Amino acid sequence: MSDAEQLPEDSTTPQPKVGAGGTASAGSPREMGTAPLSKERRQQARRRVLRTILLTGGVLGAALSGFLPLVYAQKQRLRPPGALDEKDFLASCIKCGQCVQVCPVAAIKLADLVDGIGVGAPYIDARAQACDFSCDAVQCILACPTGSLTYEKPDFMTVRAGAAMAAKPILLAKEQDAEPTLNLAERIGVARLTRPEACLAIQGKGFKGQARGPAFQGRLRYMAVDRWKPIKVAAHPYDVAECDLCVRECPIKGAISIETVFAPNGTQRKSPVVHEPCVGCGVCEMICPVEPAAIEIVPREVWKTS
Amino acid sequence: MSENVLKRRFREQIMIMFGRAPKKPEQISARAQQAHQLKRMTNKADLQATKAHLRAHEVKSTKWRNRRWATLLIVNLLFTVSFYFDIQLLEGALTASRFIGFHLVDLNSALQVMLAHKHIITNLLIGTGTVLVLWILFGGRAYCSWVCPYHLLAEWAEKLHLYLVKKKLVTDQTIDRRLRSVFWVIFAVLAAATGYTVFEAISPTGILSRALIYGPGLALLWVLALLVFEVFFSKRAWCRYACPIGLTYGVVGIISPLRIKYKLAGCFHEGDCRKVCLVPHVLDVVIKGRAVDIEVPIGPDCTRCGLCVDTCPTGSLTFEVKGLSKLL
Repeated sequence: MSDAEQLPEDSTTPQPKVGAGGTASAGSPREMGTAPLSKERRQQARRRVLRTILLTGGVLGAALSGFLPLVYAQKQRLRPPGALDEKDFLASCIKCGQCVQVCPVAAIKLADLVDGIGVGAPYIDARAQACDFSCDAVQCILACPTGSLTYEKPDFMTVRAGAAMAAKPILLAKEQDAEPTLNLAERIGVARLTRPEACLAIQGKGFKGQARGPAFQGRLRYMAVDRWKPIKVAAHPYDVAECDLCVRECPIKGAISIETVFAPNGTQRKSPVVHEPCVGCGVCEMICPVEPAAIEIVPREVWKTS
Repeated sequence: MSENVLKRRFREQIMIMFGRAPKKPEQISARAQQAHQLKRMTNKADLQATKAHLRAHEVKSTKWRNRRWATLLIVNLLFTVSFYFDIQLLEGALTASRFIGFHLVDLNSALQVMLAHKHIITNLLIGTGTVLVLWILFGGRAYCSWVCPYHLLAEWAEKLHLYLVKKKLVTDQTIDRRLRSVFWVIFAVLAAATGYTVFEAISPTGILSRALIYGPGLALLWVLALLVFEVFFSKRAWCRYACPIGLTYGVVGIISPLRIKYKLAGCFHEGDCRKVCLVPHVLDVVIKGRAVDIEVPIGPDCTRCGLCVDTCPTGSLTFEVKGLSKLL
């Protein structure tokens, strides 16, 4: 080995003890020995303290900057079914992505750096790919090792008013089965007609063609095609005289319907209306053929009875 | 006597793991004193001749390094392959996974979640327990050098750093080792106090593991920043001075029977092992006159990477399983 590789190591060259990152910097002079330190040594020690503080500051700064996206959150993420309330969810999620791996339609994605503390936590971008319960049993909940996604919340956690489902939601795909319900106690959001002026049903228009165009990669389980094999939405074109795609493809029984409503000027028109069984899965948002979608999921929203 | 000095050393090694600087032993067993004395009495010229002879016939081994790199790559790629081909062999990421259905949860991640969430479900407990037993058997910080993907990148970055040091372009800026213990406490307190797993957001192990399985993201920039810091400023800084995962597994390694053993008799005290070591403070025993007994086990902060075993020209450092050698 050459001399150039002779690196200073704390154990070979006895160095004076220095405080660690300011927390223990009071230092104990008796440990420094009786021999007075040379000027050079003192300088070295001082530089080492500075470097230690630099690394402490750097790592802690990076760690704490993760809180910024939480503080400045513009829009809440839609979490997978069975997710605990946002704070508890981020506390308990171990960021392993096992929920991602079991999802048959690959609806779950992991958040990146821009989510700060939430980096690596799962979310659903419903417009790109909604949860359509193709798995029948909510596989992501079964896969979660920490209880971030759960069928049953622990007793000490509060359930927000309107978050609890009035009854176990019935999955239309399983309606004929012995056990037709989904084991979901709370909703993850609620669908809302955010752009009624764009809704084809309200305009009295029909829809013909691929709901989201030929390039759309999203998939959906069509019971008429194959119960266990979701296919691309692009491979399932529609031809309807009055658009009702959101109602047609909603996987939950009684969550949405087309109703006749009265406009302010007294004229009658059709409109999709969301009902209490809505779990917030996002299929309506994915399938809505207008751009941007007329109906959207409001994440973490609760059911409000007016 | 030798029992006592080893017990004392065992306790000291734990303190050294938390950041204390190693110092000369106060007590040395009689037979070790004899061995040290014998070395002092050896004719200098004879010793030089033996050293030169050994050096001339030295075969640079990379046996353990190759085994380790292969293991590290296989473990990490098993996650990727398992997800890509959907064969459900090893699901999840390094933070938490399932191996053919059995829950495995990384100890430090589990700790962070338990402290932040303050509620422990059965699966989390089972997974943590399994991994605890696993790494008691495999030697605590062996997790670092045999599994952690950041360790491999840092090893390569270290080669670049050493090259720049040789060219006299950079020097290794050492940092106080107690900082790692301080970080461990800070991140534990942060998790418990804020209710968020703050460390998980910056853990290069988690970020890299997820990037390998689910695809790259912007979070890799943080990993890159750490590597740049290590190449140009401070050698292996993250693993040495910051990573709380390493300390968590180090604590597990205290009771692990798998470790490196040092034999005093053949050692020439040249210090090659200390130069390649990530944690040279555990190898203070190889300094002339420091060995407290003729055979000394290396402390819990050792990552069992085997670089010293590969490097030692006299075979004075070997892997051992405590109790097994006695049994055989």
